[in-house]
Amino acid sequence: MAQIIIKNLRKDFGDFTAVKASSFTIEDGEFFMLLGPSGCGKTTTLRMIAGLELPTSGEIFIDGEEVSQKRASQRDIAFVFQMFALYPHMNVRQNISYPLKSQGMPRAQIKAKVAEVAKILGIEDILSKPVGGLSGGDRQRVALGRAIVREPKAFMMDEPLGALDAEFREHMSEELRALHDRMGATTVYVTHDQLEAMQMGDKIVVMNHGSVEQFGVPQQIYDWPASLFVADFIGSPPMNFLHFNGAVGEGDSKVSLSGQVFDIPQQLQAASGDLVFGVRPEHVSLNDASAYKGKVLAIEYLGTTQVITIESANGVLKARVASADMVEVGQQVGLVFNPRTISLFDKSTGAALLSDANKGVLDHG
Amino acid sequence: MSGFSVTEPSQRQKWIAGLLVITYAMVTLMPLLWIIATGFKSPEDAISYPPKVLFEPSLEGYVNLFSSRTRITTGMQESLQPAETWYEQVARDSGTIIVGPSRYGQRFLNSVVIGFGSTFLAIVFGTMAAYAFSRFKVPIKDDLLFFILSTRMMPPIAVAIPIFLMFRQLGLNDTQLGMILLYTAVNLSLSVWLLKGFIDEIPFEYEEAALIDGYTRFQAFYKVVLPQAATGIASTAIFCLIFAWNEYAFAVLLTSGNAQTAPPFIPTIIGVGGQDWPAVAAGATIFLIPVMIFTILLRKHLLRGITFGAVRK
Repeated sequence: MAQIIIKNLRKDFGDFTAVKASSFTIEDGEFFMLLGPSGCGKTTTLRMIAGLELPTSGEIFIDGEEVSQKRASQRDIAFVFQMFALYPHMNVRQNISYPLKSQGMPRAQIKAKVAEVAKILGIEDILSKPVGGLSGGDRQRVALGRAIVREPKAFMMDEPLGALDAEFREHMSEELRALHDRMGATTVYVTHDQLEAMQMGDKIVVMNHGSVEQFGVPQQIYDWPASLFVADFIGSPPMNFLHFNGAVGEGDSKVSLSGQVFDIPQQLQAASGDLVFGVRPEHVSLNDASAYKGKVLAIEYLGTTQVITIESANGVLKARVASADMVEVGQQVGLVFNPRTISLFDKSTGAALLSDANKGVLDHG
Repeated sequence: MSGFSVTEPSQRQKWIAGLLVITYAMVTLMPLLWIIATGFKSPEDAISYPPKVLFEPSLEGYVNLFSSRTRITTGMQESLQPAETWYEQVARDSGTIIVGPSRYGQRFLNSVVIGFGSTFLAIVFGTMAAYAFSRFKVPIKDDLLFFILSTRMMPPIAVAIPIFLMFRQLGLNDTQLGMILLYTAVNLSLSVWLLKGFIDEIPFEYEEAALIDGYTRFQAFYKVVLPQAATGIASTAIFCLIFAWNEYAFAVLLTSGNAQTAPPFIPTIIGVGGQDWPAVAAGATIFLIPVMIFTILLRKHLLRGITFGAVRK
């Protein structure tokens, strides 16, 4: 059980920089998500923490000890691979006991340990089976068993649910989270699935092009994205971006879009030029009294809610409204935005402008 | 009436396929059958024309192969004690007596030591080199691999003279060690290339898992990679052994006595007292046995080995 601190971690592969000066802290016992699109450096970061890659520069502290140049075997961590990487020439029991054998643990003790882990994971009945014939879920459980049997300081998981089919994934993610809560071990989990990250993680780091875009608890990241990238990557459908050319001053709490004035959280940062007005689909509502109009392009019915695609003067946006709202394609509708949830972004840098509402989130990240 | 199937061949197609396979097998097995049959013929039957398909089996060829004999007159034969063993009896029936063992046994042993020894070394070095080429960043890797392959591009006879001179200087001429080293060197290119292909197919994650589980890289190599490369190692070993076992050109040039292998020796059997085809055939038949046993033992691996990598599981 350990705290993991990453300081200015960098990894170059020849001319290509996979990870640029990343820093963040993973608290003891946290379920920590490394989230980002493929090629963003999240897996490389995880592999550096595990010791499977050596960083070009920077420091990694596990439980207060600087380990960035140490071998994987000396870091006392466990790794769950996407394709499970169960030793194919061994059966389930041998796979799970393999890490203990390397420690020279007595046979009787290994047996007891394996039995205990098998009980936790509910795989007692398959212990003597070869791993080749197991289902995806059972393989996943064996891989977890091999990880937890050692009681390492921390778990590294590289998209462990990626190889499972959608139906089973849901079930496994619950099981995984329950297992984490039971063991309380620090877990670093890589995923490209934002829903998975939000659903399971205590904290999320969002990475893009080798840099940390934002770091925080899921709700803060969802509500107050630090950049256009995060706003677009998180949420389904993602945040709406209304592009406009204008200016906001420090202390302003209104902004003008195509001649219409909208209330926004009080700004702490002045900006002008090409700006982006960001609002989540569920904070858009339809009200014919509004002077800001749009034309309905499409309607997706989702049961309790419906997602309506609307063309406005500042671009296409989506609104998530109750299914009961009656709308038709082609109809002109008035749009209202919940003023407390608006984020403004500087289009050229992609960064969110600091406001009264998001400063608490963006300051510490 | 069963429906038309795309995957299952019809009864007639199966018959035709079976017939083709049998015909092909007959053609390719003919020389082998001829050799085995000739080994059990008497010298007269062996050279009779037209060839005899049905003949009275005789062990004379085998007795002649393993013994050196001297011809005796009928008068002398009558003065001898009755033969004590069956093979002495066989020799006397053809008017000779056994004076000692032949050199075939020792040549055969040379073949075994040199063939299996060089195969073993080629596999040990080849596996390690292939692993390194597969997993590590080796400078000028592609050039090195090409160089290794290029050693196979010329016929062995092209380098036989320089090797002969080199061996003479080093005192390796006509030694088992010299032949083992030579065959190992020739087989290494084959084993490195074949094994690299097999090791490339083994996902790196298995070793990484072992590294994280507390094993060193060498432990990960022999506990995790080697068992999974077993298939490739087995098929590579068969190819290496077949080469070393059958090699003739180097063996003729570089061995004459102590370390002579069976291939250059077998033809010399014929020169002792007339054309002794049954003994030659017997020598060839026995010579086939070790490779056949080795291949049959590993054939499960061989089949999987040849198709390995064709299908992802």
